[in-house]
Amino acid sequence: MDDLLTDFLTETSENLSVLDVELVEFERDPSNSAILQDIFRLVHTIKGTCGFLGLPRLETVAHSAENILGKFRDGALEVTPGSVTLILSSIDRIKELLGVLEETGTEPEGEDGDLIQMLNAMAEGRAAATPVPAPAKKKAKKEKEAASAPATADVGFPVAAELLEEVAAAEAAGIKAASDEALRAAMEAERMAETAQTAAAEKPAATPVIEAAGADEVDESEDGASGSGASVGKRSGSGSGLRKEAEGTKESAVASHSIRVSVGLLENLMTLVSELVLTRNQLLQMVRGKDDSEFKVPLQRLSLITSDLQEGVMKTRMQPIGNAWSKLPRIVRDLSVESGKKIDLQMIGADTELDRQVLELIKDPLTHMVRNSADHGLEGPADRLQAGKPEKGLIRLNAYHEGGHIIIEISDDGRGLNTKRIRAKALAAGMATEAELEAMTEQQIHQFIMRAGFSTAEKITNVSGRGVGMDVVRSNIEKIGGTIEFSSKEGSGSIFTIKIPLTLAIVSALIVECGGERFAIPQISVLELVRASAHSESSIELINEAPVLRLRDRLLPLVLLSHLLRLDGGAKAPDLVRDEKFIVVCQVGTYRFGVIVDRVFDTEEIVVKPVSPILREISMFSGNTILGDGSVIMILDPNGIAATTSAVTVTREDATEMDERHVAFNEEVTSLLVFRAGNEELKAVPLALVARLEEIDLASVEHSHGVPMVQYRGHIMPLVPFNPGHTWAAAGRQPTIVFTEGDRSMGLVVDDIIDIVEDRISVELKAEEPGLVGTAVVAGKATDVIDTAFYLTRAFSDWFGRPGGGMTRAGEGRKGQRLLLIDDSPFFRNLMRPQLSVAGYDVVTVEDAAAALKLRDEGAEFDAIISDIEMPGMSGYELARELRAQGPWSALPLIALSTHAGERDMAEGMAAGFNEYVAKFNRDELVATVDQAIAQHALRGQGGVQ
Amino acid sequence: MSVRAAVRKEAQKDTPSSVSDVETREYVTLTIAGQWFGIPVLTVQDVLGPRDVARVPLADPVIAGSINLRGRIVTVIDMRKRLALPPRPDNKPGMNVVVEHGGNLYSLLIDAVGEVMEVPGDKYEKNPATIDPLWRDFSEGIYRLKNQLLIVLNVEKLFEVGETRSN
Repeated sequence: MDDLLTDFLTETSENLSVLDVELVEFERDPSNSAILQDIFRLVHTIKGTCGFLGLPRLETVAHSAENILGKFRDGALEVTPGSVTLILSSIDRIKELLGVLEETGTEPEGEDGDLIQMLNAMAEGRAAATPVPAPAKKKAKKEKEAASAPATADVGFPVAAELLEEVAAAEAAGIKAASDEALRAAMEAERMAETAQTAAAEKPAATPVIEAAGADEVDESEDGASGSGASVGKRSGSGSGLRKEAEGTKESAVASHSIRVSVGLLENLMTLVSELVLTRNQLLQMVRGKDDSEFKVPLQRLSLITSDLQEGVMKTRMQPIGNAWSKLPRIVRDLSVESGKKIDLQMIGADTELDRQVLELIKDPLTHMVRNSADHGLEGPADRLQAGKPEKGLIRLNAYHEGGHIIIEISDDGRGLNTKRIRAKALAAGMATEAELEAMTEQQIHQFIMRAGFSTAEKITNVSGRGVGMDVVRSNIEKIGGTIEFSSKEGSGSIFTIKIPLTLAIVSALIVECGGERFAIPQISVLELVRASAHSESSIELINEAPVLRLRDRLLPLVLLSHLLRLDGGAKAPDLVRDEKFIVVCQVGTYRFGVIVDRVFDTEEIVVKPVSPILREISMFSGNTILGDGSVIMILDPNGIAATTSAVTVTREDATEMDERHVAFNEEVTSLLVFRAGNEELKAVPLALVARLEEIDLASVEHSHGVPMVQYRGHIMPLVPFNPGHTWAAAGRQPTIVFTEGDRSMGLVVDDIIDIVEDRISVELKAEEPGLVGTAVVAGKATDVIDTAFYLTRAFSDWFGRPGGGMTRAGEGRKGQRLLLIDDSPFFRNLMRPQLSVAGYDVVTVEDAAAALKLRDEGAEFDAIISDIEMPGMSGYELARELRAQGPWSALPLIALSTHAGERDMAEGMAAGFNEYVAKFNRDELVATVDQAIAQHALRGQGGVQ
Repeated sequence: MSVRAAVRKEAQKDTPSSVSDVETREYVTLTIAGQWFGIPVLTVQDVLGPRDVARVPLADPVIAGSINLRGRIVTVIDMRKRLALPPRPDNKPGMNVVVEHGGNLYSLLIDAVGEVMEVPGDKYEKNPATIDPLWRDFSEGIYRLKNQLLIVLNVEKLFEVGETRSN
């Protein structure tokens, strides 16, 4: 039998047994939407899988059952015992079909018209199965009782017993929560009035479907309901019980090549093995150095076996994620045949191992998501060609370990999320009001797809579109402590990122010591180790008590672990600058920081064990572990440390609302130096523009032409007070921000250096005030972002094009040259416009590609175009392609501007038609590049527009 | 899970487990700062002598740290801190009584473990009204024994860190 089919059978029979219980539970509490969702999902899964496996009978039955469940969920249909019974009969039919399928490998012949008809009738609201006649049931019960329970019913108090029966029957017919048997019997009566009574009395005569589970349910429900009824039920149901048993043995035959062992047992085994390893190590230690020990040889064997055993037990828990993916190619293939789409499924990192329990739990969500990508995400070949994409759509799965987590990315290059449609749907479904939607970002609107019952598919297909999907995926992932994030760009695809913690994976960890305690840091987030002391090359510096380290010309924020974990016990902070310290440089996402520890030991393979629930609130730890020497240590969570120490927390708190990754799509993370000057308001300047932070000894300040200056590194550095009315103290130290270009420096005198903050900034304009670019919210506080160009020109009016330099000539030549700057971020527009203007260009700025294209169509003329890459709507790449494709600007120099200037980005930029690629903030390079591009353009003789 | 199993499970939940029954019960007796406590013998998984406890930074003060019990990590709760009693003298390391709660192991760090004692149900009394409110949370009732009063610890409550602390 096909592997896929075998898997399906095992999985489905498990699902079905869950379903039985859930349905009964649901009948008791029809308002429980959680159960309904579960039931719905299970049926949906069965239906979906049947579709792929080509099992039409199963599929149609499941489909019809799902229809009813869908109505339940939408509240269109009231949950009545009759309808639940009907669903149960469909489940039984499915079981029956599965039984044959398992035996023969094919679906049995025949059709389920009767059942489907009833299901459809029910779905349409025609109460085809209203439970009316109780007599059938009563009679049945009585006969059964007479036949098989004479002791209590006959000899005892027959009248009373019968009366009780009648009361029970009346209740059953009248009240919703009727016994299954009554309903089943009632339904049979409805369906085949004539055979009903005999069917109930002599089970074998009834239709096989209803009979099988009918009898079984009688058995079960009576057992629960009344003790005396149990024997009755059991006996009358024994015929089908046998049948059940037979089915059971068949099931086990399929599963015989593997057995299911409880995870608890495996965990226990693993614990014991770890203990065994420790004991062995102790023994080895004792024997070591005694060459003639008689234990030596047996101990060696013990050692080997223990190692093998350990490895074996570890293996039982770990599985490559590829196991969960194995079904996907087939599913995608079938889907592509069915929908006529061409789909390329790429799977990267299939050998990434993860805990089998976790693996089981993400299997379904993953399958769902890939189906979603294939069904909703990718367009048909014609649409793709029209959109300028390759005919073949791409779905890419990528799994890897990161910082003690497993990351699984599912991306496609399809049409992306349709914001408009989601919006409309959310509005229609009453999930949000028009006003609320108005205030939402695109990203927030996208989040609606994670809500229950949300689906934008216009037609319900076999594959998806019933609103089973992202909400279920999310809840499943969250159940195992994972998160799901996504970003989507209309027209260019979506990427879903699932992050799952390793509950029991083995990771390589760096063992460090701090405050006399040892800790493990997952090696995966460690970039490098730096030893810092006053005598070594790198030493820790302090910005208002906040330690930083100069690491290869970048300032690295540092975290004092002993302080963070309150291990210093209130003792005097160590002398960070002088004492020898070890710094573990960590990276979380794009955020880099250093953790100061006392000592660094070795790297060890550790088994991550979840921390006790009582400790779970401490975000600094991702788990704990037992080291080789038997001691228990905590595993530090670099994410938690980063979250508590940086502005990342701001976005993290409302991570459900705002998706960090997506925000990063539009707004780049910027490091800002926050300081105070002039007044109490916070000011900030992009750190990348800052050369150095100094404290100037005021005694050394000299004046020349009334301008205060100091000697700095062999040159004269003018000091510009931030506040023109600054009063200079005679002595003391003054914090100063130094900007440098070539051999010239300028010191901006401020009152206080506050902090370095890494944040996504969005600047609100306040253009009226000179010297300020605008106001931004930085780390939750309103902060003025200063315009450095303003202060630079105050120190040297010719800062941006000084005479005598090579730039002057170019600068003069630049006069009147027109540049178009496209950047969605007002901050960058405002930062760069002055810089470029000062360099001699006429600069026009627009905020997106659409505005740029409008300018082109209006006939505007430029000498060169500088464009950001990540922009909402049309990206820089797309814009470049568009510009190159046609129109008057097709030959203009195009310069890409981006914060990430990786090689791949560059290559992509060049491919899209950019001439140059410049990193943001690098003004010199930008100006030089623009010059060069314009010059080359002129040389090529293609003619400037000017 | 069959319906029957579900029903059975439900039935089990309803079984009363309070100590007010008249029947005799068995307790492991412990001393903490001179006071006798008892915990039902069946809840005790293990009794360990003094162990090196690894501190857990940032944890609630009642958590002494964690120990390794045959490869499983056990969170140690300092009962003196939990009951707001003065700390144990340094020269007297405590004993560990290991219990399971919600699938995790916890150890109660106490002064000494006594014998397993059968106590007759008729000696049982509810918490007196004057008992310290903090202790009332942890006590399920009191047995009047000949020489001493035995406080029955409500083990579940001991793990509610953070919520009861303000009491």
